[in-house]
Amino acid sequence: MAYLELKNVNKTYGEGKNATEVLTDINLTIEEGEFVAIVGFTGSGKTTLVNLINGLLKPTSGQVLFKGAPVMDTCHERGVIFQNYSLLPWLSVGQNVAMAVKEAFPNEKKKFIKERVARYVEMVNLSPAINKRPMELSGGMRQRVAVARALAMNPEMIIMDEPLGALDALTRGNLQDEILKIWSKDKRTALLITNDVDEGIYMADRIIPLRPGPKATLGPEFRIDIDRPRDKTELNDNPIYKKTRNAIIEYLMGIGEERKATAKEIYELPELAPKSFVA
Amino acid sequence: MKQSVTVSKTQEMKLANAAKVVLSKFKIKTPKFEVKTILKKVIVPLASILLFIGLWHMGAKALFNVEADFKIQKALTDQGQEAADAMAACIASGDISCQPNTLPSPAQVWESFNTLIADHKVISADKLAFKEKTAALNAKRIAEGKEPITYTGRPSFVDQIFTSLKTVFAGFVLAFLIAVPIGVVIGLSETLRNSFNWLIQVFKPVSPVVWLLLVFMIVKTMTKDSNSDSAFIISFISVGLCAMWATLVNTALGVSSVDKDYINVAKVLKLGPLQKVFKVILPSSLPLIFTGLRITLSVAWMVLIAIELLAQSPGLGSFVWEEFQNGANDSNSKIIVAMFIIGIIGFLLDRIMLTIQNMVSFNKNATA
Ligand SMILES: Nc1ncnc2c1ncn2[C@@H]1O[C@H](COP(=O)(O)OP(=O)(O)O)[C@@H](O)[C@H]1O
Ligand SMILES: [Mg+2]
Repeated sequence: MAYLELKNVNKTYGEGKNATEVLTDINLTIEEGEFVAIVGFTGSGKTTLVNLINGLLKPTSGQVLFKGAPVMDTCHERGVIFQNYSLLPWLSVGQNVAMAVKEAFPNEKKKFIKERVARYVEMVNLSPAINKRPMELSGGMRQRVAVARALAMNPEMIIMDEPLGALDALTRGNLQDEILKIWSKDKRTALLITNDVDEGIYMADRIIPLRPGPKATLGPEFRIDIDRPRDKTELNDNPIYKKTRNAIIEYLMGIGEERKATAKEIYELPELAPKSFVA
Repeated sequence: MKQSVTVSKTQEMKLANAAKVVLSKFKIKTPKFEVKTILKKVIVPLASILLFIGLWHMGAKALFNVEADFKIQKALTDQGQEAADAMAACIASGDISCQPNTLPSPAQVWESFNTLIADHKVISADKLAFKEKTAALNAKRIAEGKEPITYTGRPSFVDQIFTSLKTVFAGFVLAFLIAVPIGVVIGLSETLRNSFNWLIQVFKPVSPVVWLLLVFMIVKTMTKDSNSDSAFIISFISVGLCAMWATLVNTALGVSSVDKDYINVAKVLKLGPLQKVFKVILPSSLPLIFTGLRITLSVAWMVLIAIELLAQSPGLGSFVWEEFQNGANDSNSKIIVAMFIIGIIGFLLDRIMLTIQNMVSFNKNATA
C-alpha cells in the first residue's frame, strides 16, 4: 500500500459556465520515506494540488488516499508550509510557532512548548526576532517562520508549497539542509513544490513536472539517482546531476514553447504581498 | 488650548528627529526646516482659527445691525420718532433690556463661558456647604434606616456635562454588550446573517426619536412601581440602541470576512471551534470591531443631545433646550458655549477611541 496515492484526481473551480478545470487526471504515488519534488510554472495548479493532499480541498472526482484511507480533512500527520506564509499578524514569531506546537502536543507542559518553540525559531535563525510581529519581518524571514511552524509540529509527512522561494541563496541553502536533516532523521515523507529545478535535484528522490493548466496534469517523472547526503559543490561535477538537470530543463522548455504556441492566456503571478488590514 | 498643546508636542518630536538627521549632514539647513514646520503646524492652524473668529464676529455684528435697525424702525412706526430715538440710545448703551436677540458675538460667548464657570463654582460651594450642614443629620438618618437627604438644587453646567458623559458611557457599554456578541454570532453563520440582514437594514436607519419613544413605552411600564431614575434609564437605553448598529454591522463584517489564509491555518493546526473563534477570527476582526465601536461612540454622543432634550433627562441636551426656552439675554451665547463643549468632547472621545484602536490593532495603520 502506498503512503500517499492520488487516483485520477480532477479539480474544477466554480460551477456551470464559470467552471475552470485546473487539474485533470492526476495520478501520483508516494512511498513512505520518499522525497518527491513537483516543479511547474506559476498558475499551473501546484497550490491546488497541495491543498488536495493536505485536506483543505476535496477533489471534484478521483481519490486522494493517505495510508490507504481517503483524505477527508486536515490532520497533524501532514504538516503544511504555505506558499504565502499565512502567519497570524497579531501574534509574534514565537507565538505563531507556539500556537502550532500547543496544538500538536496538547498534553505537554509549558516548559516543553517553550523550549521547542525556541529550538525551531533558532533553527531558522530568527531567535533575535522571536518577539517581533510578522509585519516587522522581511518576506524571507516570514517564510522561515512558516517553515519553523510546520516543522515544530513534528509531522509525519511534510508538504511544502514553494517554501524557500523568497529567500536569499545563503538562507535558502541552510534551510534546504535543515529540511533534509529533519526528513532523513525520522524517516519522514516529503512533498516539495518548487520552481527551482536545482533545488529539486538537490533535495528530492524524484522530480515530477506539472504541465501547465488549465487541465494541468503530471508529466513523466525523473529519478535522481544520486547518493545522499548530497554535496552541493560536488553536485555540479556529477554526471548524473548534469544529465538529469538537462533532461528536466529540456522538458520544461518544451512545455514552455508549446505553451507559447498554443496558449493565449496570461498567467498572473500569485498575490504574495504581506497581509495587512486597513482599518 | 488642548489642540495647540498636542500640536507643539508632535512638532517638537519631529523637530528633534529632523534636527538629528539634518545636523549630521548640513548644519545650515536646520533653521530653514524649523520655519517651515512652525508655519505648517502652528501658524496656519492659528490663522484659520483667527479667521473663523473674525468672520463670526463680523457676521454677528451684521446680524446685530439688521436686528437693531428693525427694532428702531418698529419703534418709529409704532410709537413715533421719540420712541425710536430712545430705542437707538438704549441699544447703543448696551442696556440688557433692549438688546436685539440674534447670533451672539465671540466676545459674548466667551463672557457666557466665564459666567457658566463662575456659576459652577457658586453651585459647588453651595453643595459643599449643604453637605457639611446635613452630614450629621444624614448619618443619623442612615443609622435609622431612612434615605439620606440629597442636594436638590439646580445642577451647574459642568454637572450637566458629567451627567451627559455618564449617560453616553452607559449607552456605549450597552451597545457594546449587545452588538459585539450578536455581531460575532451573525458573522459566523451565513444563514443567520441572511436571515438577520433585513432586521438590521430596517432598524439601522430608524431615527433616535423613534427609539426614544419605543424605549419610553417599555421602560415607563417596567419602572412603574420602582423609584429608579427612569429618565436616565430611558435615555441611555435609547442611546445604546441608536448607536449600536455600526458596531453590529462591522463586527459581523469583520468576523465573516476573515482572510482565508488564516482560516486555512486554523484548519491545518486543527483548532477547535472555540479556539478558532478566540484565537483566529476575533483577533483578525478586532480592527473592524473597533472601527465600529468608534462610530458607535460618536453616534452615541451625537444622538445623546437630542435624546436628553426629548426625554427631559438632565444633561447637555436639556441644558440647551432649557436655555432656548428660557430666552434670557445670554441664552443664545450659552447655547453656543454648549455647542463648542459638545463638539470638543465629541472630538476628545473620538481621539480616545482612536488611541485604543491603534493599541489593539496589530497593524498600526488606523487613521482619523
Ligand atoms: N479558489 C479558487 N477559485 C477559482 N480559481 C482558482 C482558485 N484557486 C486557484 N484558482 C486558479 O487555479 C489555477 C491554479 O492556481 P494555483 O493552484 O494557485 O497555481 P500555482 O500554485 O501553481 O501557482 C490558477 O489559474 C488560479 O487562478
Ligand atoms: Mg502556488
